[in-house]
Amino acid sequence: MAVRIIKDKCKGCTKCVKTCPFSAITMEGRCAVIGDACTSCGACVEACPFHAIEKDEEEKNAADLSAYKGVWVFAEQREGSIMPVALELLGEGRKLADEIGTKLCAVLCGHEISELSKELIAYGADTVYVADDIELKNYRTDAYTKVIYEAIMQYKPEILLLGATHIGRDLGPCLAVKCGTGLTADCTRLEIDSEDKKIKQTRPAFGGNLMATIVCPNHRPQMSTVRPGVMDKAVYDANRAGETIELTVAFQEGDIRTKVLEIVKTAGEAVRLTDAEIIVAGGMGLGGAEGFSLLQKLADKLEGSIAASRACVDAGWIEHSYQIGQTGTTVKPRIYFACGISGAIQHLSGMQDSDYIIAINKNEAAPIFECADYGIVGDLYKVIPAILEELES
Amino acid sequence: MNILVCVKQVPDTTEVKIDPVKGTLIRDGVPSILNPDDANALEAALSIKNKNPDTQISVITMGPPQADEMLRECLSMGADHAYLLSDRAFGGADTCATSTTIAAGIKKVGNIDLILAGRQAIDGDTAQVGPQVAQRLDLPVVTYVQDIQLENGKVKVQRQLEDGYEVIEVQTPCLLTAVKELNKPRYMSIYQIMEAFEKNITVWNHEDVELDPADCGLNASPTQVFRSFTPEPKGKGEMLAGDTKEMAKTLVTKLKEKHIL
Repeated sequence: MAVRIIKDKCKGCTKCVKTCPFSAITMEGRCAVIGDACTSCGACVEACPFHAIEKDEEEKNAADLSAYKGVWVFAEQREGSIMPVALELLGEGRKLADEIGTKLCAVLCGHEISELSKELIAYGADTVYVADDIELKNYRTDAYTKVIYEAIMQYKPEILLLGATHIGRDLGPCLAVKCGTGLTADCTRLEIDSEDKKIKQTRPAFGGNLMATIVCPNHRPQMSTVRPGVMDKAVYDANRAGETIELTVAFQEGDIRTKVLEIVKTAGEAVRLTDAEIIVAGGMGLGGAEGFSLLQKLADKLEGSIAASRACVDAGWIEHSYQIGQTGTTVKPRIYFACGISGAIQHLSGMQDSDYIIAINKNEAAPIFECADYGIVGDLYKVIPAILEELES
Repeated sequence: MNILVCVKQVPDTTEVKIDPVKGTLIRDGVPSILNPDDANALEAALSIKNKNPDTQISVITMGPPQADEMLRECLSMGADHAYLLSDRAFGGADTCATSTTIAAGIKKVGNIDLILAGRQAIDGDTAQVGPQVAQRLDLPVVTYVQDIQLENGKVKVQRQLEDGYEVIEVQTPCLLTAVKELNKPRYMSIYQIMEAFEKNITVWNHEDVELDPADCGLNASPTQVFRSFTPEPKGKGEMLAGDTKEMAKTLVTKLKEKHIL
């Protein structure tokens, strides 16, 4: 695909220059010129009042894409437990597979994990590909990449979804290069094009300021990583049937070039924000680290979790694992209390899908109120105790 | 020891604003900066050089000619050599095509013992180019590195996980991607700023790194932007009225009425 200016039609109005999200258009005299930074997003095509910009949709004669079938989900496990994001991917993968009219499969790597395939089938997988080997016990880039790459070559999935965890974001890029295909990172929405049955992947860019919908038209598999907490978890049904296929695993000397010497859990590991039904989050309005103890009281009362904005983490008030937002965790709890959080777009991108957002802020002009279901202008040190009192009564 | 650091010039996304009327990005006046995680990668290289003065540090980037400015910033922090991969043919690249070009540049530099990169760039947040460069060079990779120890030709690192970290031993040459917890990047020194402006920055195009234009940039990008748009803000809800006690009471009542609590 490429975007071209039709020189005869361009009147030099500069509308496209202002519209381009990538600053790729400049003016040469009275005619627009597309520069190197163009990503063919087509924003200028729609903006041009003179229809002077066109986008070529050239269909490349790529390899036989029809040989690729099925939606695959990387069933990430750690210490023998399936990660919650894998169940979310099965939930989303089921929708995609049904729309295409194909199978949903899970690919599982580990050691002595065959029991987990039953669980994956109960969560909706029609087929589970299992690689069971001592070398796969803990995640290692080389080992997992080799095994899953070989499975992709053999069974040819059309779509592969991975959780955007520290493991998925390591494995995904390596697999994409080996398969010679594209990968879209940190997707927040996936949909199947009703006409060509290809996947459209939407993700935030520029720190959440812009959303981009990405396609991978001529390469397979189409790969996405999906942020934990974004998709709805699959429904468990113990009566569901499915098949399990063992993958052959054969490593040679030199295949795996890293050694895991130790896995250390840091204190405060219990932070599972993606699972929390109620989150009480604090921002710079807390004024200091001690403010989190008040938030903790409310969280305890509601059996929820505390969380924080990036500014609090940067200020050293709380650990990064509590951070919500673009560079932290994405959550969608039933209730999200934003206390003393102004509502930078990077923060909003991590919590705006919460069912109910309650904002408490001294500044009535704070952007957080724009997305809040209920807004309270006031001092959080007075408002939260009042809410606690109200909950007691 | 020869260390190469992959860097990127990015718009400071914390300064990017949306034009509320047109719904487009306002880029005017948004400063370009050295990507924060890349600064941590460079700092890691510089602190190795502090301990082993015979270390040579090269920085490499792919970008427009203006990236020269950022490379001089890297030289001013203490890097020895700078390479700029700049060519129209490299334009419009996705992560896959970017990694091809950067890997070709690294091959041309040659003889590297350790490659460092930032975990991810703040304009794209993909965290893909680092591991993809490693795949193309057939090197072991460790991402999310928060600590690096060099011991007799072996590298021992801590790899950050969501709830802790792994201690990993990796053979060299290898590629590591840095997170901000790795260190605190130093400032440029006045003396080195002066020096940096006299240093030569090597600029390479696709021929210099022996790449066919069909294998780089937009032409070699499997992913394409179908469309881009500004996120729709969720509609504003209800602002509660009254004094603190009244507002708290209204809130709790409403939440209970709707069976949310």
